[in-house]
Amino acid sequence: MGMTMTQKILARHAGKKECAPGELIEASLDLLLGNDITTPPAIDIFERSSMGEVFDREKIVLVPDHFAPNKDIKSAQQCQRMREFARAQNITHYYEQGQEGMGVEHVILPENGLVRPGDCIIGADSHTCTYGALGAFSTGVGSTDLACAMATGSTWFRVPDAISVKLQGRIGPYVTGKDVILYLIGKIGVDGALYQSLEFSGDGVAALSMADRLTICNMAIECGAKNGIFPVDEKTIEYLKERVPGGSDAAPDWLFADDDARYSQTIEIDLSSLRPIVAFPHLPSNTHEVGTFGKIHIDQVVIGSCTNGRIEDMRRAAEVFRGRKVAEGMRAIVLPGSQRVYKQALKEGLLEIFIDAGCVVSAPTCGPCLGGHMGVLARGEKCVSTTNRNFVGRMGHKESEVYLAGVEVAAASAILGYIGSPDELG
Amino acid sequence: MLFKGNVIKYGANVDTDVIIPARYLNTSDVAELASHCMEDLDPDFSSKVRPGDIIVAGSNFGCGSSREHAPVAIKGSGIACVIAPSFARIFYRNSINTGLPIMECAEAASEISDGDQIEVDTDTGKITDITTGKTYLAGAFPEFISEIIGADGLVGYTRQKLNK
Repeated sequence: MGMTMTQKILARHAGKKECAPGELIEASLDLLLGNDITTPPAIDIFERSSMGEVFDREKIVLVPDHFAPNKDIKSAQQCQRMREFARAQNITHYYEQGQEGMGVEHVILPENGLVRPGDCIIGADSHTCTYGALGAFSTGVGSTDLACAMATGSTWFRVPDAISVKLQGRIGPYVTGKDVILYLIGKIGVDGALYQSLEFSGDGVAALSMADRLTICNMAIECGAKNGIFPVDEKTIEYLKERVPGGSDAAPDWLFADDDARYSQTIEIDLSSLRPIVAFPHLPSNTHEVGTFGKIHIDQVVIGSCTNGRIEDMRRAAEVFRGRKVAEGMRAIVLPGSQRVYKQALKEGLLEIFIDAGCVVSAPTCGPCLGGHMGVLARGEKCVSTTNRNFVGRMGHKESEVYLAGVEVAAASAILGYIGSPDELG
Repeated sequence: MLFKGNVIKYGANVDTDVIIPARYLNTSDVAELASHCMEDLDPDFSSKVRPGDIIVAGSNFGCGSSREHAPVAIKGSGIACVIAPSFARIFYRNSINTGLPIMECAEAASEISDGDQIEVDTDTGKITDITTGKTYLAGAFPEFISEIIGADGLVGYTRQKLNK
């Protein structure tokens, strides 16, 4: 029987020739990830259960990015717990705040060359599904799963069914990967891919940048998917060559979906028909095309996060902000996704453009995305954000509102004072 | 396991941000997490919940973040079991791993009302609404999941494996 990309990766890691949807398997893991919120409970479990040493100190990545730089004493203690564990276990990929290669977890793992096509990866963070952009199987788990996998190097999965998403054509101006995934979530709903893989393919893939693919896979979880995955092509290899040792040979020859792979459904998206999309409160599926709604005045704009904090996003934002000013009374907060992105944006003069426009430019952190710090919303405030969730209370007060959008719409809205597209800037 | 309790009912897509807002994730203290459980969705939850109460909700319960603090907060507030037509997959794993019983049953989730007294048998999957007299049958756990539960959660299961 034919298998999807995901099923092939899972079968390989379970030491099997093939596996079928619904089957429960025990899979070996190539990489495990934890952050400052999910790792401390995992460490508690690991130590309380006397699990001893981690299975492989080079395969565990620990990133204090959520409430760091430490926003309060309790957060500082959580980061401290993680740092001490990393030292005691001699974890290779512990990233200290400010250190080279540090940043928001899902920005830095691909950037630092830790992800390879065909890998099987778990992370105690729901957006771990981001790495499917590089042809890896990667998915989010909880702290208990992380603790046990740190000890054994393996975990259990139920082999998922898959939805085939065929992308055709090319995206137009101001349309990005963010709009592709918001369109898909709007179409199938927040549980439209529950327990399943999203397997992307089609002629439209080639024209999508790696940044776009990372953004698309990042939000696979927002329609309930277990993972999202792209085929490996020249762009993937190009990306890997610059980052992974032996990157040009990093793609295994077995890593493709069989012609007779089975899918629960096929969804076709004509990329050329997409327009910039905004997801209204309080679900990522509550999508509207820009231009189809009246003036919604906003108080804050956030540009960054594991969804849209890459250098390509900074460049897109800077194009919109260049020579313009943020609207009066508006707070526009730009968070480069990593130290590398920050430095590159500095070199290219992007940070100067942001500052001249009247933006706050922050150190890399998840910060406001989950209402942690660096831009928490007050009662009744509205924010356009390039992040991934707009649930009730996500960025602050339960009566605040988050509108999800791509980078250009977010930047344009900061200048306009209401939600709009760069077309309206004149 | 047999539970009997009163129903607290919610709609679809109850997300992890309302189950336990991220602003409280600077701790993993169970009592503290429980005291803020559901507060952005139902501010009265922590004062009205009684040990043994059962949450009945709409589809995709627990969508959003991977924070295990969510099932931990629910269990910590005394909730015995959650019934919904479907659960977000990370929440599903986290509930099994941390010992919060969850049951998938669309019919029960749609018909049982807030305040009803119900009885749940997690071994057979039988759900009885004592208030209305109706019974429902939830899907049973796959055998492997039952093994994890039998080993007192994933930690016990892993310890067994490490000791082999």
